[in-house]
Amino acid sequence: MSKPVEIKEVIFNEMVLQAKTPVLVDFWAPWCGPCRMVAPVVDELANEYDGKVAFVKINVDDNPKIASQYGVMSIPTLIVFKNGQPVSNIVGFRPKAELKKSLDTALAS
Amino acid sequence: MSAGIYSSRARLGSLLIEKGAIGGQIINAELVENYPGYIAGISGIDLTQAMHQQATKFGLETLAAEVTDIEVNGKQKIVKTSSGDYLAGAVIIAGGSERQKLGVPGEAEYTGKGVSYCATCDGAFFRDKTVTVVGGGNAAITEALELTKFASRIILIHRRHELRATKILQEKVTSEPKIEIIWDTVVEEILGETFVNKIRVRNLNTDKASVLDVSGVFINVGSQPATGYLKGLLTLDAVGAIVTGERLETSVPGIFAAGDIRSGSIRQVIAAAGDGAAAAVNAGKYISG
Repeated sequence: MSKPVEIKEVIFNEMVLQAKTPVLVDFWAPWCGPCRMVAPVVDELANEYDGKVAFVKINVDDNPKIASQYGVMSIPTLIVFKNGQPVSNIVGFRPKAELKKSLDTALAS
Repeated sequence: MSAGIYSSRARLGSLLIEKGAIGGQIINAELVENYPGYIAGISGIDLTQAMHQQATKFGLETLAAEVTDIEVNGKQKIVKTSSGDYLAGAVIIAGGSERQKLGVPGEAEYTGKGVSYCATCDGAFFRDKTVTVVGGGNAAITEALELTKFASRIILIHRRHELRATKILQEKVTSEPKIEIIWDTVVEEILGETFVNKIRVRNLNTDKASVLDVSGVFINVGSQPATGYLKGLLTLDAVGAIVTGERLETSVPGIFAAGDIRSGSIRQVIAAAGDGAAAAVNAGKYISG
């Protein structure tokens, strides 16, 4: 059973950019309705891709620098990082099937 | 969800098929102040999640899929979805509406990069910046007021000379120093580099164009019913909303409609919830009739 890990920007480098597996980063904030809707979907994906992809969440209110660095201007934004580079970027709520497809495409790229 | 509560309690097997986020558009609302029973108001997502939990408690099942077509076979309805076909004795269509776009150059390119349809989702990214809100109804005013928490200056652009919004909201916006209103004006183009940095607008009276420096464009020019797949099956009105009778029935027996997708809907959560309950009760009568 694997759950997404909430992180702060101080460890972004270590947890995301230097990770050995691809990482899906969920940029969110507590006041954002669609973020709350996508959270359980991300939880399910974290379970299904356990061992293959790491899942982290980052609160943009507390970590504005990272959000700004990756051009996040709308939430939820899900960015998949591979070898330290963003390889896909999804803005807004999407249902699970769509997120899975995007994730699989990013992993294959 | 309201329909689900009523149909499940009537012991009818009930399935909610939703392609997007459960709750629909209202989950973007930070505070719903006019839903009866919540004196202090409630967030859109808290309200809809509670509704969904309540319906699930009584037996409503939920499927994340998109309905692509509905076939009628006498009293049986075949609902075709992206996840297979489902047979039903009755169908209640409560698909809501989709946000209308401005249809101007730059809008699609800068969506997520300065162009937004949700102030509660994206307002925080415009701290101390100048933004514009396009529209003159309740949604536009509500978003402009929400943005005062973040933006330093909000330019409300409306193509008419008066607001369509509820009076209480109009009072709030005209007395808010951070908001200025530009009347009789439309946005013609959204411009920028990586992100939005200006818009070109035109005054409809003088026909004069000008450029405004803004970092964000929040578009609130209305919603249209999500009825694309129903054309040819049900009677729709001039804007594509489903025409219903007193019992929420559509032009096809056994198919009912509830909420914003319905012609004449006042497009409020309480109305949608009311419609849902009525549609479920009438659907039950149709099935046993």
